[in-house]
Amino acid sequence: MDNRFEDVAGVRGALAEANYLADDGIAGIVYLADRLGKPILVEGPAGTGKTQLAKSVAEMIGARLIRLQCYEGLDESKALYEWNYKKQLLRIQTEGGSSNWDEIEDDLFSEEFLLTRPLLEAIRAEDPVVLLIDEVDRVEVETEALLLEILSEYQVSIPELGTVQARQIPLVFLTSNATRELSEALKRRCLFLYIDYPDLEREREIVLNKVPGIDENLADQVARIVRSIRQLDLKKSPSVSETIDWARTLVLLGIDKVDAQTATETANILLKYRTDIDKAVKEFSEAPDGLDETES
Amino acid sequence: MALADTPVDTPLLDLLGGFIVELRAAGLPVSLTENLDAMEAVTHIPIEDREAFKYALGATLVKNYAHWKAFEIVFEVYFTMRGPEYELVGEGEGSDGDPEGEQSSLPGEGQAQGGGGGGQSLTPEQLAEMLFKALMNGDGAMMSALARQAVKRFAGMEPGRPVGGTYYLYRTLRNLELDSMLDRLMESAQDQAPQPLTKFEERLERDEFADRIEKLKAEVEAEIRRRLVADRGVEAMARTLRKPLPEDVDFMHASREEMADLRKAIYPLTRKLAVRLARKRRHGRKGALDFRNTIRHSLSYGGVPAEPKFRFPRPAKPEMMVIADISGSVASFARFTLHLVYAISNQFSKVRSFVFIDGLDEVTKFFEGTEDIGQAVHRVNTEADVVWVDGHSDYGHAFDVFWERFGKDVGPKTTVLILGDARNNYHASQSWIIKEMRHKARKVFWLNPEPRAYWDTGDSIVGEYATHADGCYEVRNLRQLESFVEKLI
Repeated sequence: MDNRFEDVAGVRGALAEANYLADDGIAGIVYLADRLGKPILVEGPAGTGKTQLAKSVAEMIGARLIRLQCYEGLDESKALYEWNYKKQLLRIQTEGGSSNWDEIEDDLFSEEFLLTRPLLEAIRAEDPVVLLIDEVDRVEVETEALLLEILSEYQVSIPELGTVQARQIPLVFLTSNATRELSEALKRRCLFLYIDYPDLEREREIVLNKVPGIDENLADQVARIVRSIRQLDLKKSPSVSETIDWARTLVLLGIDKVDAQTATETANILLKYRTDIDKAVKEFSEAPDGLDETES
Repeated sequence: MALADTPVDTPLLDLLGGFIVELRAAGLPVSLTENLDAMEAVTHIPIEDREAFKYALGATLVKNYAHWKAFEIVFEVYFTMRGPEYELVGEGEGSDGDPEGEQSSLPGEGQAQGGGGGGQSLTPEQLAEMLFKALMNGDGAMMSALARQAVKRFAGMEPGRPVGGTYYLYRTLRNLELDSMLDRLMESAQDQAPQPLTKFEERLERDEFADRIEKLKAEVEAEIRRRLVADRGVEAMARTLRKPLPEDVDFMHASREEMADLRKAIYPLTRKLAVRLARKRRHGRKGALDFRNTIRHSLSYGGVPAEPKFRFPRPAKPEMMVIADISGSVASFARFTLHLVYAISNQFSKVRSFVFIDGLDEVTKFFEGTEDIGQAVHRVNTEADVVWVDGHSDYGHAFDVFWERFGKDVGPKTTVLILGDARNNYHASQSWIIKEMRHKARKVFWLNPEPRAYWDTGDSIVGEYATHADGCYEVRNLRQLESFVEKLI
């Protein structure tokens, strides 16, 4: 198997070129996934760039991104393959019972009548692909079993056709918001990557990178304020995408220095719950204890 | 196996083996395939890159973020920095032992210290001053060098002394006076600012400094751990550091730090439960055949009803009454359970909650119209009127009051949940009330945060109550609480 990447630093650099600022952990695991030929299970709070990672990796290696969005009630006919019943019916009807049945039967279950769904498509692809299985925690535990064959053997068994082997081993990303525990069998087959909120430096870099026309001072301030907000006990901490939205808003409003008032007025971009906004506003308009006495 | 032809050093394999045994001992489920994956993964990583090594092991061995902390501790112990500068030696030799290491990590400060003496010649005041400067400027390299220095000077570590790392940590931090450090930093930030800082800016500065001080503390802790490992050996050290995973922490004996972790764990847990329960309700039973829908879909198969469609089942939601003992010993358990029940309250048609010690008070109103459950639980603890005579648990009287005032509200749809250790201080049990309750209610469950072995010892009369309840469960940690709630619905 050819390796796609030279070393960890190379992955990191290439991802940066694709506008994704990875830390060493992320780059290292992407590198390992390629070397070990294993899927990556990406977990973390919403809006920290889990899906974006898969997109950026695809962009980086110039591969086609095949995406399977998971939802409750997803089944094999939506994920793997399906027989095109209507076309099969037509085929039978045109024959009108004249020719022999064996021939028709062979014909009915041939590739012509197969509708490929994302998983099978990724396996059969000739060109390089990245397979993204998004929000895998939304499917039922039983449905997870559908994925197991693909994830460990990179193949799909179709009873009527036989086994379809992957022509090349695609990079596979599974994302999860951890609304439920995934099955052991699935986890065992994957490398585990937890993407947390970025630290101060990385968040500043991300803001600088993603928000055109922002100056460094403002980016620094934005990152610091967001960090302080995340320390509060909130229902939903601001995500990276919300940080970026907020920074964009500030730039559009022509603000070059955030004070308490602007922060309060624009807090609804960072926080999406009434109680959270109230809490943050209260927290930041009050004086920290102890300091006032020492000064007066 | 691909492993056979990739050269792995045997010492490394042994070390990894021990590492994995320790992970399992710490409660992490590591399977054989994961073990093999880890061994293969490290062959692809430049072995001198410690961070990459750590991530390679983490990605292959730890599949649950809640376990990451436990993994990190074991990793730090097993793959600790080893070398002469970390060994515990007498004070006199110490200064010969490491000036090279010390000075190379204190660039520019070497001359100021006057050469040969290395860090040792610093007075505590000088050390504090340098620390202050490093924190002020956010100089990471300097901070870790100083942390090492501080541990050497203040922790007073002696080889073979059987005290835990926390003792040394406490000694070091007390000597560094980090509490007053934050205020000093803030003052000097105020002085340096061109115009007075607004409250908002002040707050941001404070968070920044607090963050740096946290980092320093972590450095000190890591340094102490390194030295302890050098002194006692890996296995012994790993054993002393072993901590229960968050879901296994005992409610009744959690330390303050573990409590904070638990509080953090409860929100994602409730969200998880809510999703799972909603799903279970919809999928547990199959709905009736939806005739119209089936016929409509049959049209695309030429009138053959090939794909039967079913209605979504909509089972009725139960009503919930929670009666919780909030006296000292079991208060945190009651808090967590209330939190959990209210967080999934959309699974019930109605939730009412009552708390007692020897008197009983309804606290449903605290939870109504607020989104912030944590705040409501806090109000329950501070505002509820639960003391009748002396503030010692009296289950009998509490049940009396409940039955008299609210007994008429218990109906065939109601599930009653009683939380407490049933340590009744030898008062009358009034267990007939539980019996009556069971007749009227759908189900009556008792949750006891004490280990089963302690039940019915001393003044605990849980057995007497349990005979009248539909079920009595030991719920000592989040894992047990979660599995009970799931059973409930």
